[in-house]
Amino acid sequence: MKILGPRLLEARDLEVRRGEILALELPELDLHSGEILGLIGPNGAGKSTLLLCLAGLLNPSRGKLGFEGRSLGTERERAAYRRRVTLVFQEPLLLDTTVAENIGIGLRLRGVDSAERKRRIAENAQRFGVENLLARPARELSGGEAQRTSLARACALEPQILLLDEPFSSLDPPTRETLLQDLGRVLRDTRCTAVFATHDLMEALHLADTLAVLRGGRVVQRGPVGEVVNHPVDEFVATFVGMETLLVGRVENCLQGTFTLAVGHREIVGTGAVEPGQELTVGVRPENVTLSLHPDTETSARNSFSGRVTRITSRGPFFKVELDCGFFLSAYVTARSREELALDEGREVFASFKATAVHLIRK
Amino acid sequence: MDLILEGIKEALRLLLTLDREVLGITALSLALSGFATLLSMLIGVSIGVVLALNTFPGKRVLISLVNTGMGLPPVVVGLFVSILLWRNGPLGSLHLLYTPMAIVIAQAVIATPIIAGLSLAALQQLPHDLRLQILTLGATRSQMVWLLIKEARLPLLAAIMAGFGGVISEVGASIMVGGNIKGSTRVLTTATVMETSKGNFDIAIALSVVLLALAFGVNAALTHIQQRRRPR
Repeated sequence: MKILGPRLLEARDLEVRRGEILALELPELDLHSGEILGLIGPNGAGKSTLLLCLAGLLNPSRGKLGFEGRSLGTERERAAYRRRVTLVFQEPLLLDTTVAENIGIGLRLRGVDSAERKRRIAENAQRFGVENLLARPARELSGGEAQRTSLARACALEPQILLLDEPFSSLDPPTRETLLQDLGRVLRDTRCTAVFATHDLMEALHLADTLAVLRGGRVVQRGPVGEVVNHPVDEFVATFVGMETLLVGRVENCLQGTFTLAVGHREIVGTGAVEPGQELTVGVRPENVTLSLHPDTETSARNSFSGRVTRITSRGPFFKVELDCGFFLSAYVTARSREELALDEGREVFASFKATAVHLIRK
Repeated sequence: MDLILEGIKEALRLLLTLDREVLGITALSLALSGFATLLSMLIGVSIGVVLALNTFPGKRVLISLVNTGMGLPPVVVGLFVSILLWRNGPLGSLHLLYTPMAIVIAQAVIATPIIAGLSLAALQQLPHDLRLQILTLGATRSQMVWLLIKEARLPLLAAIMAGFGGVISEVGASIMVGGNIKGSTRVLTTATVMETSKGNFDIAIALSVVLLALAFGVNAALTHIQQRRRPR
């Protein structure tokens, strides 16, 4: 776990209205020095609105923003603040000039001298792998090269907070993957504080220390990545963090930290502090479910059920298998496993998962 | 037919020998239309920037007015500028009617809405988030406006050329407010009209060739600009 620095940015009672619609309602949000916060949520959840507010580009209808302990009340204070942070948009939005000029534009606007500008342009072009494109007109770049240039332009400013609004969503998967690795490395090396919005959980997991899950303009859960992913506060968050199987049942008995949950006519064993008789929702991640042709007697999995395959859908390198085990259960298998198990719709298989793979959903 | 052929021959001779009168008229046309375009550029681009970057009540009405103005008939402009500058008119005391300045004013009135309308379109074509992107790179508001103008420089240049193309080729307003006075307000179009009515086809054709060459040059440049790719 990364050790975070002092509080850098604080938002209190922020509210943004667009006409009658409440676009954002944020009672409290703090960002600490060195923290990389991932904002996740579906389209329209308020991620971009929040980033525009944090970038000082959108004045909230209510509430205030504080930076390094000082409130940003006046336009003058906000303008000064805008020079300490920067936002990278989904589209690269380069100017019609060379790559080098684009990377140095923010420095030029600040009146940074030519020698320092050259140094930072070279350094950041190198970091994002565009050092060979410096003389090229921005209009001749590919999508990936343009977004690399855009990231280099933002990092050249050495901002105290780097804000990123789905910077990879318009790129093809291989480009996205390499750029994600590069950005992760730069953020680690520079110990930059960052807020990163995405609707792709994998991107957030790769970069973020903490997560905030947004829905309908509100933060529904905020915490360290592990906590949000393993202990989602409700079904919405659970589904969003990839917990495809959600089961509702009644606790039958508890013993030494494990409990048995009656789901329909099946019993599921999980771990956690609960009370007998309690109504519970639990979630199981599909990657924690193992499928086999025979009952699992060899591993420590406490839960093993027979079930029938109801649907198989391709997820790129693997398949998602949906089962009817008396309750809905989903599992991921590789193409090879699918072949070995001869998985097809209607096939009877055994599904197993450990008691520790059963996550309690706090409600 | 002979008349036309003779006219073309004579026109070529006038052009190739750099005839003083033809050169003088061409230079005056370029100077007046150039100055009118410069004025229209300052006013028109400013109007375009204000309309593109701000939201205020009545903006749509203003945009409609500008768009309507893009098609102002030169004779109507000529009429109103004549009334304004007439000896007993509101600006009569300035004694500008039948002077080169009157032509500049009338042409500026014609070109300003053209440049304003096309500037507005040029700035609106920029990606909407570009403004925010420039601000978040640390620009002040005036730095942002300047960068946006630079970013739209090619379509803005097209707007200016369209304005110039509009005024260099108009005849109605120039003849009404300038009076086609030799050596003072006689420009390419008014001279062509006069020489044609007098039957001097050679000079008329020579003047037309110069006008056509200017029109061709402006259009070639516009086409070149339109065919360029946008940055990502």
